[in-house]
Amino acid sequence: MIEYWSFFLHEVAPALNQGLWVSIAVILPSALLGLALGVLVGSLRVYASTPIRLLNEAYVSLFRGTPLVVQLFFWYFALPHLQIGDTRIVLSPMSAAILGFTLCSGAYHSEYIRGALLSIRHGQLNAAQALGMTRAQTVIWVVLPQALRRALPGCGNEIIYLIKYSSLASIITLNELTGIGRTIAKQTWRNIEVFVALGLYYLLLVTLATLLLQYVERKLQLPGFEQTSG
Amino acid sequence: MTGHHPILRVEGIYKTLGDQLVLDDVSLTVNRGEVKILIGPSGSGKSTLLQCLNFLHTPDQGRVWLDGTEFKATGRKGLCAFRQQVGMIFQDFNLFDHLTALHNVRIALVKVKGMDKAQATHRAKEELARVGLADKMDLYPAQLSGGQKQRVSMARALAMDPKVLLLDEPTSALDPELIGEVLAVIRFLASAGMTMIMATHQIAFSATMAHEFLFMEAGRIVERGSPAQLLSPGATSRTMAFCAKINELSGDLGATQLGGATQNTDHGPQ
Repeated sequence: MIEYWSFFLHEVAPALNQGLWVSIAVILPSALLGLALGVLVGSLRVYASTPIRLLNEAYVSLFRGTPLVVQLFFWYFALPHLQIGDTRIVLSPMSAAILGFTLCSGAYHSEYIRGALLSIRHGQLNAAQALGMTRAQTVIWVVLPQALRRALPGCGNEIIYLIKYSSLASIITLNELTGIGRTIAKQTWRNIEVFVALGLYYLLLVTLATLLLQYVERKLQLPGFEQTSG
Repeated sequence: MTGHHPILRVEGIYKTLGDQLVLDDVSLTVNRGEVKILIGPSGSGKSTLLQCLNFLHTPDQGRVWLDGTEFKATGRKGLCAFRQQVGMIFQDFNLFDHLTALHNVRIALVKVKGMDKAQATHRAKEELARVGLADKMDLYPAQLSGGQKQRVSMARALAMDPKVLLLDEPTSALDPELIGEVLAVIRFLASAGMTMIMATHQIAFSATMAHEFLFMEAGRIVERGSPAQLLSPGATSRTMAFCAKINELSGDLGATQLGGATQNTDHGPQ
């Protein structure tokens, strides 16, 4: 046992800690950008004119309908082969991962946001318009503040998923937690210890995120918007 | 009080919803300080008419004048400016659920009128005090009774200084014991000279302050006249027959013998 502990402390932990920061550097922007994208796309899917709505529907179908690994391969391996004029876009593993995760989680977030938007009683939209608000003002000041509160449990769930599927970034050579874990396992042949430790790191991340999300939910709670669970 | 200065005038309004003609050539004029009451069976077009008057529904045909100027439903800016001048009260209140009473009243002052926040807060507090809710301004809609919600929604509409107030069955969603507090506010507004068009089934109450009853049926105004004319003893009006029917159903004896608008049975304490 002591031997395991010392192996963990001296060989596994220092490397995984480095990977942890890389993971966080991927997860944090992806989560924030993904949520922002989801709010935008969700709103457009409900309130925009038909062509824009269809465009957004197409985006969601595409990114929910194809495996995330394939999307990451596309951004990292395929995109450099597309030449537009004289420019080629070559993304670093980090940028490709953030782009891939943002676009994927944005599609899922938009689904939660859309559902929440549709749950807002239509009468409030009429009331806002009767007061002289424009459509955009109505959405920004009346609908979204309520819809976001209602969508929070779903969106929180998506962020938890994101933390876990961020491990896929290792496939496009990013040395985040999982990438580093695999390297140590290969070098040491101590698969059990390394992968258990790796799992615990993710468990820690998810637990922290859960606590943070619960805190945000409590902060935003208003009379009439109580969540029954969580 | 009712100088014959037309505030809102509509002519030849038609509206089809689905394949049903809901408004069929409706015209009316409301002068400054007048109270007009829309009555009639459910589905007769009262609500649709009110919604057409501030373009929540766009009429298929017809012309609308506000304070002497014809309004054309083109362009968002004009539409928003028009709606600011036409207040609307809904049957189910439609308060913004995520805002306190104070912020419900304040939000349009800040976002639509561009008033600075301190000034808007001051104005919102005044309006809430006017409807007797100064002590409830920090409560959320979920914490208010139906009557209180409707009074907040009236404060919200009034804060915009509308030229005319449209009320769409303001007490129909309320428990009987909460109706009185809302009627009291409406009565106060009428006595203060507010121009109003109200759809309601509170006939006895509205007879005491209405300048004209407009009886709607199948999308048309089929009868109009002062309450005294339409509801005088022995009158054979459609209005009278309708009132007799709803009073029979509700067991309210008030309106059937209403000649001089003397009784006040159906408004509660305030």
